[in-house]
Amino acid sequence: MIPPQFEYYAPSSVDEAVALLRRFDGEAKVLAGGHSLIPLMKLRLAEPKALVDINRIPNLAYLREEDGYLRIGATTRTGDLLDSALLRKSYPILTDAAQEIADPLVRNLGTVGGNVCHGDPGNDLPACILALGAVLAVTGPTGPREIPAAEFYRDTFVTALEPTEILTEVRIPKARSHQGNAYQKIEKRVGDFAIAGAAANLVVDGAGRIETAGLALTGVGPTVVPATAAAAALVGEVLSETHLANAARLAEAATDPSGDLRGPVAYKRAMAGVLVRRALERALARAKGGS
Amino acid sequence: MATSARPVAPAASLTSAGGPTSRIQVTVNGRSVVAEVEPRTLLVHFLREVLGLTGTHIGCDTSHCGACTVHLDGKPVKSCTVLAVQVSGREVRTVEGLEVDGKLSPVQEAFVEAHGLQCGFCTPGMMMTATALLARNPNPTDAETRDAIRGNLCRCTGYVNIVKAIQLAGKKMQSASSAPGGKP
Repeated sequence: MIPPQFEYYAPSSVDEAVALLRRFDGEAKVLAGGHSLIPLMKLRLAEPKALVDINRIPNLAYLREEDGYLRIGATTRTGDLLDSALLRKSYPILTDAAQEIADPLVRNLGTVGGNVCHGDPGNDLPACILALGAVLAVTGPTGPREIPAAEFYRDTFVTALEPTEILTEVRIPKARSHQGNAYQKIEKRVGDFAIAGAAANLVVDGAGRIETAGLALTGVGPTVVPATAAAAALVGEVLSETHLANAARLAEAATDPSGDLRGPVAYKRAMAGVLVRRALERALARAKGGS
Repeated sequence: MATSARPVAPAASLTSAGGPTSRIQVTVNGRSVVAEVEPRTLLVHFLREVLGLTGTHIGCDTSHCGACTVHLDGKPVKSCTVLAVQVSGREVRTVEGLEVDGKLSPVQEAFVEAHGLQCGFCTPGMMMTATALLARNPNPTDAETRDAIRGNLCRCTGYVNIVKAIQLAGKKMQSASSAPGGKP
């Protein structure tokens, strides 16, 4: 399968890229890793007039802690997440998720920015950045702006990113002491999109009482599903079986899955609850210094 | 992590209006190649149809099976999901680039000796992924080997002999590099 014809541009700065997006006025697509976009173009599900390849823009692939944030540049490959000792130690939820994204070959090209921006409810990173309370830095014709991850996802393949804007950086609040997080996913076969996935982030005090909680779900709604009620119910509590069961129940209630080849509605909803429990238990163990 | 800016072939740059073709320069198996390609030309088609390097196979064409795996700047990628224009200025290595001066690479030798194939369709991609794995980790465990080939599907072998072949290749590479006067 060969994609339909398009014009190809390889700008050398974000401003040039934005100018191109503006020139094509919604008819151009950003090419990052291409591992969602190129298959969609082969299938004629996407037929952009032009591709704006952002891979030649310098200094857009990085991963560092700076000024209170973990900052991940848009063209950082998802495989680079897996290789990072910093993430394994302080943001293990991202290591968990990277391990679950497709396969190592895809991760050598697929980018963090693409996974975050594509808007497929099966992408693994959106739930993680929601649970972590991330902010997305984007640049458009009027300059840069920040969009909280919690306000980014609107519907399947629909995000708050304007067609003339580019995501430049994912900003995740710097890890605190007694913080733990985890991503849990089940899939039909290795490398597939999730049947369901759950991301949990917890900060506890010295006595193990939960100070802040973030929860979000993959693959069980038209877009990533924030489980805000489930997370809110955990704050101020010392996690017990009762709280786990309650969080799972509230998370299940937040889901809106569709039945498909990956499973019927009731199964996906039940699995979301199971995975919320597992993610919370793992996150709590990590917050207490375990792995 | 690829952070450095690379030179862009003139015809593929911002100053061009796109047009029907773009000029690219790619180093393929150590040889510099200049060609005019349509932007929509996939790397796998460029390798097979323009350069005649048909060792790289087209399997699923949907970035699942890994039969089309080549190295891009040393990292294994699925060439059915990369545009030829994207690799301008970069280095590509295909299965044809594994042997040196007519001598099979340790990975190729090991796939022969350990019978790491049946029909052979997945083998070029499998060997490219194996070569990249062993460059990072010359002594992979079963689990590490199986994890590395998650993106390369084989419908014949059940993977057992493939894993054996990859581990045998690692041993060959280690003994070659530790032998006096041996080449890595």
